[in-house]
Amino acid sequence: MSAPPLLDVDGLTLDFRTRAGRVKALDDISFSVQRGEILGIVGESGSGKSVSAYAVMDLLDGNAEIRGGTMHFGGADLIERDRAAVRSMRGREISMIFQSPRTALNPIRSVGRQIADVLVRHGPVPRRQAKEKAIAALRKVRIPDPERRYDAYPFELSGGMCQRVMIAMALACEPMLLIADEPTTGLDVTTQAVILDLIRDLVDNSRMAAILITHDLGLAGEYCDRVAVMHAGHVVETAPMAALLGRPAHPYSAKLVAATPSSAASIDELASIPGNLPNLLRDDLPYCRFCDRCDRRVARCDTEPTPMTAVGEDHLVRCWSPL
Amino acid sequence: MAYRAVLQRIAGALPSLIGVVIVTFLLSRALPGDPAAYFAGPAANAASVQQVRESLGLDKSWPEQFWRYLSDLSHGSLGHSLTTGQSVVADLVQRLPASMELTFCALIFAIIVAVPLGVLAAARPDSIVDHLCRALVTMGAAFPTFFVALLFVYVFYYVLGWAPQPVGRLDEIYYTFPSEVTGFLLIDTLIAGDFAAFRGALAQLILPTVSLGLFALAPIARMTRAAMLAALGSDFVRTARANGLAAGTVLFTYAFRNALLAVVNTLGMVFSFLLGSNVLIEQVFGWPGVGSYAVSAVIASDYASVQGFVLLMAVAYVLLNLVVDLVAGLIDPRVRFGG
Amino acid sequence: MAAATLRDVRYAFGENPLTAVALAIFLLLVACAVVGPALVPYDPLATNSDFRLVPPSSTHWFGTDRLGRDILSRVVVAARLDLGMAVCAVALSLVIGTGLGAVAGYRGGWIDNVVGRLFDTIMAFPLFVLAMGIVAALGNSVANIVIATAIINLPFYGRFARAEVNIRRELAYVEAARMGGNGAALILARHLIPNIMPPMMVQASLNMGWAILNAAGLSFIGLGVRPPEAEWGIMVSEGASFIFSGEWWTFVFPGAALVLAVFCFNLLGDGLRDMIDPRRRT
Repeated sequence: MSAPPLLDVDGLTLDFRTRAGRVKALDDISFSVQRGEILGIVGESGSGKSVSAYAVMDLLDGNAEIRGGTMHFGGADLIERDRAAVRSMRGREISMIFQSPRTALNPIRSVGRQIADVLVRHGPVPRRQAKEKAIAALRKVRIPDPERRYDAYPFELSGGMCQRVMIAMALACEPMLLIADEPTTGLDVTTQAVILDLIRDLVDNSRMAAILITHDLGLAGEYCDRVAVMHAGHVVETAPMAALLGRPAHPYSAKLVAATPSSAASIDELASIPGNLPNLLRDDLPYCRFCDRCDRRVARCDTEPTPMTAVGEDHLVRCWSPL
Repeated sequence: MAYRAVLQRIAGALPSLIGVVIVTFLLSRALPGDPAAYFAGPAANAASVQQVRESLGLDKSWPEQFWRYLSDLSHGSLGHSLTTGQSVVADLVQRLPASMELTFCALIFAIIVAVPLGVLAAARPDSIVDHLCRALVTMGAAFPTFFVALLFVYVFYYVLGWAPQPVGRLDEIYYTFPSEVTGFLLIDTLIAGDFAAFRGALAQLILPTVSLGLFALAPIARMTRAAMLAALGSDFVRTARANGLAAGTVLFTYAFRNALLAVVNTLGMVFSFLLGSNVLIEQVFGWPGVGSYAVSAVIASDYASVQGFVLLMAVAYVLLNLVVDLVAGLIDPRVRFGG
Repeated sequence: MAAATLRDVRYAFGENPLTAVALAIFLLLVACAVVGPALVPYDPLATNSDFRLVPPSSTHWFGTDRLGRDILSRVVVAARLDLGMAVCAVALSLVIGTGLGAVAGYRGGWIDNVVGRLFDTIMAFPLFVLAMGIVAALGNSVANIVIATAIINLPFYGRFARAEVNIRRELAYVEAARMGGNGAALILARHLIPNIMPPMMVQASLNMGWAILNAAGLSFIGLGVRPPEAEWGIMVSEGASFIFSGEWWTFVFPGAALVLAVFCFNLLGDGLRDMIDPRRRT
């Protein structure tokens, strides 16, 4: 690892203030993404995958509070920089796509104009040329007949087509990082493969990097170079994909890997990991938030905070008794 | 908008129009007692009632009467008013501009105030604007229009002396009516170049406009606020933000245009309210429009006039709803293409 | 049947303390309507030429009108007529609207079409204007104000009942009753209508304030209630002519009573909705 990472999140800690108290949504999480690679962030729903991405994008609600840690993108500090500067980076340098693409597009604006809006906002692109460029962006995500699709409204397109439009919009300004938050949830398996192949190709053929957020380790295994496993607001393990699948170090990761025989099964469907995520509203959260579900618990788990320790090359784990 | 969709909308309004015509017919003929006596008015004797019966064809069968009613309507005839002695159509046409001017001003006032209010309330929840918006909405639902209008007259005319005496559209002691071009005094005075009269007419309009508009404002503001909150929390606004669109673009081009759709769809209800409350407001301000005409007609049992008024208002309402429908189609491609 | 539990009741009052205030006003209004005539200090109809247009004072808290009648007594006594008109109108449209809507929703087909067309036609009029037309046609009386107010509210109840019945038509307990050989009338009366009553009652209480405003508006323009009867709308209208001489109490107190009543019913309606229909809590 010689080149500095494109995105480097280090020790990020974040709470949500709610009526019922503070939700400790993220605790000391660290991960990084290199140019030209896809990082998978894998975990159950509620583990903090999306919150991490929203924090990077500065898309969190007003009740979120960053309590510690740093985020650097291309060398620039995302927390210390003023918000306007971070916002002008969105869509230009970092883009994000979401699940349920049909509701994630403005229903009463043609998809082409939505792409053109992004182009006009970020580039020195005059309105007149924006249309041409938007059509080019549609062509790049292999939408057939892009000239005609430019004028289409989201309700006239299929879910897969809408997701391609969203990718075209996200990539219109050629960002360096694309964050895809469960981009294929709700799409059928064939479309899912088409969309993810598309993202993989775009990363391979440019210097762009991507983060794929998913609850499906099998899916991540197929498309990602590296992976960060999240559990209850902690990153419990980061590793090259092959290393994690071949030799998971954290008990939770091990259970995930064991529970994912093929890409068809998803974590949420598997009842084989006993117990639930701890209530993150609690003020007396254990040092290891997995300990209640863990069968390798040792005395140290309860007395000392767990640091990230190296167990292999580029392989870190947050556990006192790793496998 | 696709030509066919427009035709479909227009065709969709037809059943309502037919229903309106049938109901106004039934209201006049299916009365308990003798309709001829109603139309002849309270001062009539047996001979004149008989005369009215024959002239209106009330001695004929119902289908025949309905047919006659339709053919009268198609010739633009609504019968004669007992109180003014003129044809009802002439009476209504003469008074309609006064009502339209008032209603339009009230509607414009309501939209100009309510829409920004609702947008700001949604953009800054729990701010002062938000609380003001909620207070107005609660008030609008609890205060009778006529009572607020009277309070305004008492405070702004009697106590403060800011408003002119509520004597109708123009105080004829000080100003002369311009020659009629559009029937709208604000426009006709300007055409005539009589700026003093323009100011006079404007001064007379302000209180009735505000008191009528306040109550149209409440539902519009409530709907704008709710629709903006929904739009700002929607997935597509999140996408727009994630793509770095400017805050103004997100608020107006993305959130507001979507919210507008819900707002336009409540306008139908607002019109129903405006046309009804208009009657009460005209009564308070001595406004010489169709509403106060109808009130005196009801009191005098001048039936043809009341019927004409009800029919006019209902047709106007159906047409306004048609316009609302067409505007909604302009905004929303899903409606436009029948999706 | 979605009965309100104690917790729901506590929620409704806790969430909006005004609900308790509204309940207090409601009890006061009911007291005025029921025993008002026995409580008031003066005969509401008794004129007194020595005390014409007296401003509010310790003897006449709300002042007197142009005939020397005590306005406080008239405002209190009027509660019976104003609330009575609204309650009757709401009850009428609740019963008829629920019946028509439930039958239309259950049977579908041509009955549904006819009933739907009837509601559409009513809704094609500006409602207050239609009410004026109905009162003018049926005759100028209090009973006809009630009927007119009931007719213009019919579609709200009818459409609501139709939708609610439509949802429940295919539910298991209705199917079971049908299998058991029960006729449509029995299923509607015994199973469907009792089940849609709680949400219908919420509609009715939300609608009360509007019915009061509508009836008062009609009497304000001189329909229905005849002088010297005490009624808030007509009192405001009679008081209006004294604005230009500054006798504000003649219209302010009856108008304020009207506002208070409508406000109280609107709040109670919201509170009741919070209790009965937890889904719609905001």
